[in-house]
Amino acid sequence: MKSFDPRVNRIKPIEEKTEMNIGEAWEPYEVFHQKKRGDHHIHVGSVHAPNAAQALLFAKEQYGRRQNCVNMWVVRTADVTQFQYDDADIFETAIDKEYREAYGFKVRDKINAYKKQQTESK
Amino acid sequence: MTPALYNFILKTADDCFILGHRNSEWTGFGPFMEEDIAFASMAQDKIGHAWLLYKMLDENAAAAETLAFKRAEKDFKCCHFVEQPIGEYDFSLMRHFLFDHADQLRYEMLMNSSFEPLAHFAKKFKGELKYHTMHADTFILQLGNGNEESKARMQSALNFCLPLALGIFEVYEGEQEIISQNIFAGEKVLQEKWLEKILPIIKDAGLQMPDMATLQAVNGGRHGFHSDYLQPLLKEMREVVDAFPDAIEW
Repeated sequence: MKSFDPRVNRIKPIEEKTEMNIGEAWEPYEVFHQKKRGDHHIHVGSVHAPNAAQALLFAKEQYGRRQNCVNMWVVRTADVTQFQYDDADIFETAIDKEYREAYGFKVRDKINAYKKQQTESK
Repeated sequence: MTPALYNFILKTADDCFILGHRNSEWTGFGPFMEEDIAFASMAQDKIGHAWLLYKMLDENAAAAETLAFKRAEKDFKCCHFVEQPIGEYDFSLMRHFLFDHADQLRYEMLMNSSFEPLAHFAKKFKGELKYHTMHADTFILQLGNGNEESKARMQSALNFCLPLALGIFEVYEGEQEIISQNIFAGEKVLQEKWLEKILPIIKDAGLQMPDMATLQAVNGGRHGFHSDYLQPLLKEMREVVDAFPDAIEW
């Protein structure tokens, strides 16, 4: 069938197929994005790449274009050490210890932002 | 604006516009998703640069569109290199590598242009161009040092591209005037800088540089003589515009 897209009509059928197995030479990398200097790098997603240099190239186009960005990290997913979900019970506590949950950290960002706004408006 | 300056900006814009269109043809057909997005995005950057340069020739946005979509083939001043079909990915990557290094160096030189609007754009384009060559270099090094097939493909792409790439530096009408007015130091200077820049990368990629003395530049574009590929490209690019010639926007 003829396509409305001339590019599709130009494609020649592939004669030689290259065998490639899943994961061969390619790996997932986790991408961390920094909005401005001094901020934490925040995990935003992952890319597939044959090496770290290329993972960075792709990370920039995938995750660096839609918001401010000053820096990015990529880390081989395989290099991330993690707990097993089966062990999630280690995070449970026997008695209520809500008093030590770190709500303060979230509030701190808000307080800092408010203080900054106040100084700027002066 | 003098005819020489007009010509200089026009041919620079035409190169970016036509190559941007060519590279955009990969959109949706790239070798893998991440690269598809990166290549499409860089093509969009190129068209953006062309758009700003066309507008420099005439403030009026409609005039820029006329330049892009309604001009006769012989009035285009792009080189044959950017007109070539996308071919296979080895060719498109090699063209991207060779053209974008010249493009980046051109704007680096233009940062000191006596024509202030060009110096201004040169600074504005800097970051995008840096990414383009970073992307190109990474691929050339990766594939040049890859396996036997990737190396052979990159080498034959390089051999095929070089005479065409030399066409980037073809002398154009009014060049002496551009040089003497300190608008741009000239294509010859650019070509030397370009060779200096690409040679070590080609070497690191394990590729052989052909003897430059034996290469014949593919010229003509700067004087309106084009390859057989430009006219069909223009026709395809203008399909919508031609179907609705009176439309104000589409």
